[in-house]
Amino acid sequence: MASSFYPARRRRNAMWMGLSVAAAAIGLTGLFMILVVLLWKGFAGLSLDVFTQMTPPPGSSGGLLNAIVGSLIMTVIGVAVGTPLGMLAGTYLAEYGKYSRLAVVVRFINDILLSAPSIVIGLFIYEIVVAPMGHFSALAGALALAVLVVPVVVRTTEDMLNLVPNSLREAGASLGMPRSLVIQRIGYRAVRAGLITGVLLAIARVSGETAPLLFTALNDQFFSTNLLKPMSSLPTVIFQFALSPYKEWQQLAWTGALIITLAVLALSIAARALSATTKQQ
Amino acid sequence: MTEIAMPQIESAESKVLMRARASKRFAWSDNFFRRLTQACALIVLLILAGVIASLIKGSIPAFQAFGLGFFTTVVWNPVTEKFGAGAPVFGTIVTSAIAMAIAVPLGIGIAIFLTELCPPSLRRPIGTAIELLAGIPSIIYGLWGLFIFAPFLQVYVQPYLIALFANVPVLNSLFAGPPYGIGMLTAALILAIMVLPFVASISRDVFETVPPMLKESAYGIGCTTWEVVRNVVIPYTRVGVIGGVMLGLGRALGETMAVTFVIGNAHKISPSLLAPGTTISASIANEFTEAVGDLYTSSLIALGLILFMITFVVLAIARLMLMRLEIQAGR
Repeated sequence: MASSFYPARRRRNAMWMGLSVAAAAIGLTGLFMILVVLLWKGFAGLSLDVFTQMTPPPGSSGGLLNAIVGSLIMTVIGVAVGTPLGMLAGTYLAEYGKYSRLAVVVRFINDILLSAPSIVIGLFIYEIVVAPMGHFSALAGALALAVLVVPVVVRTTEDMLNLVPNSLREAGASLGMPRSLVIQRIGYRAVRAGLITGVLLAIARVSGETAPLLFTALNDQFFSTNLLKPMSSLPTVIFQFALSPYKEWQQLAWTGALIITLAVLALSIAARALSATTKQQ
Repeated sequence: MTEIAMPQIESAESKVLMRARASKRFAWSDNFFRRLTQACALIVLLILAGVIASLIKGSIPAFQAFGLGFFTTVVWNPVTEKFGAGAPVFGTIVTSAIAMAIAVPLGIGIAIFLTELCPPSLRRPIGTAIELLAGIPSIIYGLWGLFIFAPFLQVYVQPYLIALFANVPVLNSLFAGPPYGIGMLTAALILAIMVLPFVASISRDVFETVPPMLKESAYGIGCTTWEVVRNVVIPYTRVGVIGGVMLGLGRALGETMAVTFVIGNAHKISPSLLAPGTTISASIANEFTEAVGDLYTSSLIALGLILFMITFVVLAIARLMLMRLEIQAGR
């Protein structure tokens, strides 16, 4: 009896495990194919011109300089606004609130904001900044990015501060340090690398965001550093150029996509390396 | 004597005073810092409240003009200013459902492969690669879909599907019409590819919460790998896996760029999956800057409100389920 049981079980096991390996093979090859195509198409158009020339009018060649600068400006402002806010809120969750009702609610809402559709954040900023001002502006784009930065930083700050051993806090308190100094001088310092990780992850998250910029910062064909005017950015340029019928524009879209992907990958890998060192401590 | 002692007493008194002043200053700055962090935590709540309030305010004209019929009307005509959310809502739900139907089995398969079958030396590199892929901006997936995947489907897959199901009663209307390349099915497939690394990495994290002792006892009484997965791992992590899937669904529902490139932006409900359609986010992305007139803009914002409500509910359920798993795992 029992012996007739085993082959069936073994067959069923082999079948399901085969399916699992197949799923892994299909999924991984699909994903890597996207990367390979991106590298292939992107490197084909990569040259010095991309970094020194403006976005061209239809049908002629050019670069992405104004888009790259615009992306950098808006990302820097967005991160500069969102990071302190997120870090302080994360500090409240980890150090002061912890089990309070406010902290539980904030944690829950923050998790929802973390994966809320970014296009809705764009609409929100449109309603509160663009509509009252009467025109699109880089400032609105930067604010939309800041709203996306906050939940990422809140989350990592809280997670990282939770790694600080309580004995460290108690040691500080026993020297007579007030709570705020314990947090600033001991807590933040102990997990400095982890806090930087959060900021890097936030930069990686916003640098590829397109949807919220489409109707906040809009786009601009020329070089501009005026925060109150529309400003071009890499993702919106990719969107516009990819849907155009011009070969030169489509090539620039691929090159821009390659630049963003490499930047995001570099940031994520750096964040990973940093957070690994924090957790080892 | 007194002349010598006096300054000492004075300095002792001033030390006490200084200490009192310092501790008062500390008490103030300490309190200030605590209030500051609390205020920032409240700002997070304010952002959410602001999002909801601004969307409701922006969508009032649309709801005043069209009433509750806005949710089900399929007409979308900027010329006559008649708008309804029927087609975008339909497109959002159909593309997300197909995407999840593909991504969930594949993602769980990858997670099982990584936790149970993969050689330990490959486990970390593959896991890391999947997590990195989950962070790639969605516009990259859209670009790939537009230039590589849609033409491929148009030439090699769609004509074959149409011919294959031409005489099958229900399926022939699902796969009908000319092979455009772009359309609902293409958008759903791109979404599936985009959500896949996300579902896979969450499922793997969740599977890793199973205590090794449970799995080892099952192996110890002679279970096969499949039986361990089926009878120990999946029952133990059911809540977490569902939470992870809902999180992926939340992403698929709100995804904009990956879909906008390949959906075709047609405001109609067609039985054929090969026909162009639209989703909520694609409509907003395509039309918002070109929308003339308050009613047009307001209708698009109303679409945004509907999208936010749907994703809010899905994400809230996801988080509650993942929280339950964390309590269960005792972390």
